[in-house]
Amino acid sequence: MSGTIVDPRMAAARAAPKRRLRLSWSDPLFRAIVWQVVIIGLAVLLAWYLIGNTNRNLAARHIATGFAFLGRVAGIPIGESLIPYNPAVDTFGRALLIGVLNTLEVSAIGIVAATIIGTLVGIGRLSGNWLLARLTGFYVETVRDIPLLLQLLFWYALLHNLPQPRQSLRVGDAVFLSNRGLKLPLLNWEPAHGWALLALVAGAVGTVLWNRHVRRRQEATGIRSPVWPVALSLLIGLPLAVWALLGAPLSWDMPALRGFNFQGGGTISPEFFALLLGLVVYTAAYIAEVVRSGIQAVSLGQREAGSALGLHRGTILRRIVLPQALRVIIPPLTSQYLNLTKNSSLAVAIGFQDVVSIANTTLNQTGQAIEGIAYIMAVYLTISLSISAFMNWYNNHVALVGR
Amino acid sequence: MSQTAATADKGYTAARERPPSSVAGPVAWLRTNLFSSWLSTAVTLLLGYLILRVVISFISWALLHAIWSVPYNAQGQPDTSACIDARGIGACWAIIGNKYRLILFGRYPYAEQWRPAICVVLFLALYVVSAIRAFWRPVLVLIWIAALAVIGVLMWGGTLGLRYVPEDEWGGLPITLILATFGLAFAFPLSVLVALGRRSRTLPAVRMLCVLYVELIRGVPLIALLFMASVMFPLFMPEGVNVNKLLRAQIAIILFAAAYLAEVVRGGLQALPKGQAEAADALGLSYWQKTGVIILPQALRLVIPPLVNTFIGFFKDTSLVLIVGMFDLLMMGKVALSDPPWQSFSTEVYLMLAVIYIAFCFAMSKYSRGLERELGRAHRR
Repeated sequence: MSGTIVDPRMAAARAAPKRRLRLSWSDPLFRAIVWQVVIIGLAVLLAWYLIGNTNRNLAARHIATGFAFLGRVAGIPIGESLIPYNPAVDTFGRALLIGVLNTLEVSAIGIVAATIIGTLVGIGRLSGNWLLARLTGFYVETVRDIPLLLQLLFWYALLHNLPQPRQSLRVGDAVFLSNRGLKLPLLNWEPAHGWALLALVAGAVGTVLWNRHVRRRQEATGIRSPVWPVALSLLIGLPLAVWALLGAPLSWDMPALRGFNFQGGGTISPEFFALLLGLVVYTAAYIAEVVRSGIQAVSLGQREAGSALGLHRGTILRRIVLPQALRVIIPPLTSQYLNLTKNSSLAVAIGFQDVVSIANTTLNQTGQAIEGIAYIMAVYLTISLSISAFMNWYNNHVALVGR
Repeated sequence: MSQTAATADKGYTAARERPPSSVAGPVAWLRTNLFSSWLSTAVTLLLGYLILRVVISFISWALLHAIWSVPYNAQGQPDTSACIDARGIGACWAIIGNKYRLILFGRYPYAEQWRPAICVVLFLALYVVSAIRAFWRPVLVLIWIAALAVIGVLMWGGTLGLRYVPEDEWGGLPITLILATFGLAFAFPLSVLVALGRRSRTLPAVRMLCVLYVELIRGVPLIALLFMASVMFPLFMPEGVNVNKLLRAQIAIILFAAAYLAEVVRGGLQALPKGQAEAADALGLSYWQKTGVIILPQALRLVIPPLVNTFIGFFKDTSLVLIVGMFDLLMMGKVALSDPPWQSFSTEVYLMLAVIYIAFCFAMSKYSRGLERELGRAHRR
């Protein structure tokens, strides 16, 4: 825009508010105002009518609105939770919080797993190996054509038809898969592990700082110092050293068969496992398509230019293809993450107690339908907006900087 | 060099007739596509072995050791002991033979099940007609209205000597098709209006309303809307008004679908060059003339492939109504599995349902891809 040529319509639009409003149907501004008043008026009228009906119905059923029920003792049994919970003393508020945490847990693990598998499958579809390309293509096409709910029910039935604990499928004496779920050895937590974890975080911060320093130095002097030896010693050496200095404690809580069930070890319940499996298998197929189209969107000339400059295959992938592919991949990937999170609400069909399931039980027990639904919506809106805000930030980070 | 040239010269005629096997032919194909490097060879061998094992065990389970029918005792109760003995070794297809009417048509009166069957055929015919480009004319709207009216008459009955069947007795595939088809038939016009409202510059209040609607619906899962329809909707209605379960779920699906479709339509409106609208303005067309005759026909054509993909998504999403207790196809599968003698044969039933869903979705996506290619060709010209 040079500024000398002014679009006459734009000028008219800009000047419009200053122009006097004529109370005539032939004035577009007057028409616009009338239409808006009519439509908003209708919307308000509809809302008022619905709220009025609701209030009358609630009064007729003697239901008091409000969130006072959150403080009452819940009495809902909850199978698995990340925080301590006792149905006899804990409140509806805590039960609903557990639901949110369960939703977040399954979504977070699902997003990481689906991204890894989806990326591998997406690259597999572009493989020169005919068999691999066909097999991954078959997976993507089939899985995307079957409703997720059907897949969840299928996995759940499959896990429930597994043998009893006594005849469980096992890997050595450590991992057992039976109709009670997946049993894994659990690390006995010692303070030293906490310090090692802290050292890992410190190492990660140090690596980022070192990386920044190296880049600045390269920009200033042209000398590039190696990054990975420092990163490796900070990320692996430092936590290991801290752990070793504190006496290197290490012991496992192994699951063992006692009578009809297992004692000790960590458990992944069939419900959680089926939900995670279903979500990951389903979403990975969609992510594979996103990744494939992203890589295909980078023109061949970019690769050729890279090899003409004498770059390694790895460098071409890392420095030329991936940064450009990411720009195409990020927006649809975001919506896949959002879909996975929203789809985790199907947990209610197989008995995993996520936020929808617990809120549904709550509203059935207390009769607080509006509050229950409002809670579900508020939770999902918050999660959706947070994920899209983060991904928008990341997208701006990798986006092409225009001149 | 000269030697090779000479050899090539000698074999010239022969080589012309048939290219060397290292360049063309099945051996060359195998070498480039399956065994191009040691890594590729390893992948091929590993995958080949795994696929072979899976295919052989599937054939053995689904065909060789499968049980196709079971004996019935005097009370008409099936004796599934043969199936239970074969669990894990062979499939029990007898459950499909026993339950397919229940799964496809639900609790619709057994003697009247020809009516939902005709409805399913009508739905399929409607889809096929809508897919043929020669029918993309205003007459298609009339065809839809007529077909949906006939389907309504057949399902409800009560006239023309047909027995009245209330919606509570409907179930199975017709419910899935009704939810999907009526859902899209109502959601699509709504979505166009919302998309236009969201693009409006002169009506900021309407734009805000549309943005709020789209973002609110897209931010929450369909389950939340279905729960809302099943528990909150009765509170919204004045006393004495009772809206049945099917209609409530249908409204939730329409509102949900319209928000997603509106975003697709908006994409088409945005992709249209500005000159089209300016040209219409220059001709002095009114807003609705401009939109209906110039903008929408072009914008919608641009987004047909993503529209079909969204349709596929909704077709699958109709299965969610089972969570609020509706008897769609998937729910009828679960009902069939709740019959004690057949309880442990979920794999067979779920496989059958998956095949039905895949048939519908695969047809739609195949069609969408063909259309994309065809429209793309027209675009390039």
